[in-house]
Amino acid sequence: MTVAESIPTKLIVRIALLSLFAVLVQETVISKISIFGVDADITPLVVMSVGLLCGSLTGAITGFFIGLMVDTVLVQTLGITSLLYITIGYWTGRLRELRDPAHGLVPVACGAAATAVAGIGMTVIQFLLGVDAPVSLLLAQQIFLTILVNTLIALPVYAVVRRIINPALPDDPRRRRRRAYTTGGLSPLQSPSQRLTGPINRGTTPAGR
Amino acid sequence: MHDKQVRRRRAVLAVLVVISLLLLTDYFGESTSSPLHRVQRGIVAVLSPIQSGASTVFSPVSDVANWVSTTLHAKTQRDQLKRQLQTADQQLATYKTEAIQNRYLSKQLGLAQSVGLDRYDPVGADVIARDPSLWYQTVEVGAGSGDGVSVNDPVTGDGGLVGKVTEVTGSTSIVTLLTNASSNDQFGVTATVTDSAGDTGVLEPAVGNPDQMVLQSLPNTAAIRPGMQVVTAGYKDPSNPELDSLYPPGVLIGTVASFNPNELLNSGQVPVTPTANVRNFTSVQILTKVGSGTERAQVTP
Repeated sequence: MTVAESIPTKLIVRIALLSLFAVLVQETVISKISIFGVDADITPLVVMSVGLLCGSLTGAITGFFIGLMVDTVLVQTLGITSLLYITIGYWTGRLRELRDPAHGLVPVACGAAATAVAGIGMTVIQFLLGVDAPVSLLLAQQIFLTILVNTLIALPVYAVVRRIINPALPDDPRRRRRRAYTTGGLSPLQSPSQRLTGPINRGTTPAGR
Repeated sequence: MHDKQVRRRRAVLAVLVVISLLLLTDYFGESTSSPLHRVQRGIVAVLSPIQSGASTVFSPVSDVANWVSTTLHAKTQRDQLKRQLQTADQQLATYKTEAIQNRYLSKQLGLAQSVGLDRYDPVGADVIARDPSLWYQTVEVGAGSGDGVSVNDPVTGDGGLVGKVTEVTGSTSIVTLLTNASSNDQFGVTATVTDSAGDTGVLEPAVGNPDQMVLQSLPNTAAIRPGMQVVTAGYKDPSNPELDSLYPPGVLIGTVASFNPNELLNSGQVPVTPTANVRNFTSVQILTKVGSGTERAQVTP
């Protein structure tokens, strides 16, 4: 079974269009809007969302191509952003596969972590490549503020990505089970009040009591 | 089955990482005329109409957001501008008198009268793409070789010089900002102080601070004060036209941010704040008929 076979075509098309749209919107619109003196960056958030929704393999591949698009569109050193976004996509995907977190605020935490990886990772790679810019207060401040802004927008970005990708996702048993819990279908805690209305079996009392 | 999936996942990850590292290594070591760079420019040329369209379509959204953002800073800016206006009014009377005198003396000496940018065939363009990080100080603008733009053309915007063109496609150009500290693309601007002594220095990005520059190699005795304007000097060498300035004279770059006599004495430098907000301008003018050579600038009182 190849990678292409394991990922449905419909999902590939949706992720490809989503990636292209995200990069274009980021570079042409969002990067022109200054919030607290920094620009929000939705691209690591999109990679994080795809990883959380589709798993590590899809997350890593999406991260690679979004990173490549960002570097290409802005005529930057090819491969740097790809390398960082592969990490983000892969590890958010592994988080889903290993822990399957269901809490509603998981995208917020993952968004902050993804932005931190992108910001700090870019700093480290640039230093390794010999850019003459020591760590300054301004750089640390910019990274911190970008993490803050991205944390605020992580949930809406995740919701949009989920809305686009969800219809194309293969039916995962874990998702089905979670959906059944939330709709009251298969949960072992189903209608506990009904069980309480019947005779409560407290077991047999010891003889002589 | 599970082992197979794990092996496949790890193999794909390894392949992606290796491709990224190969691209990075290859791109970093190559010249701008290498195949990778050419492919990249080709893709940018293909995508640029889409980017221009998206930029136009979404411009109301960014305009509204910028309006909200700038309104929040308006009160602080108003107070600063009031103070600047008071100083400017006092200087205006002096300059008007000097301008009349200058015009008269220039005519006598047969010098060119025009100091405006119009004679350099400026081409207007909107910023269509920008990198949100601090690391790449480049922007993509919607004018290219089809509009007469070529590599090394000076670029002005937001009231001052912002950088120069470093990559050109048919309909777009990549502008590297003056504040770019990247070792590959960094460029300095030779500066002449036109205060009483006419001292010369080199304007370079401030390391670690992408919003500031440093005017270096100034004489230790330069009579510089905070708030002095820094402008391009323009430079012509009749014996070697290749050394002529990239920049025409008199283009505003910034102002002297502060002055520390010890810093000037020991290292011959003063910090300069660019007039243009290099992180947030939306349109530029590219001066397409200037010439080629080194860059110079000057500080005016």
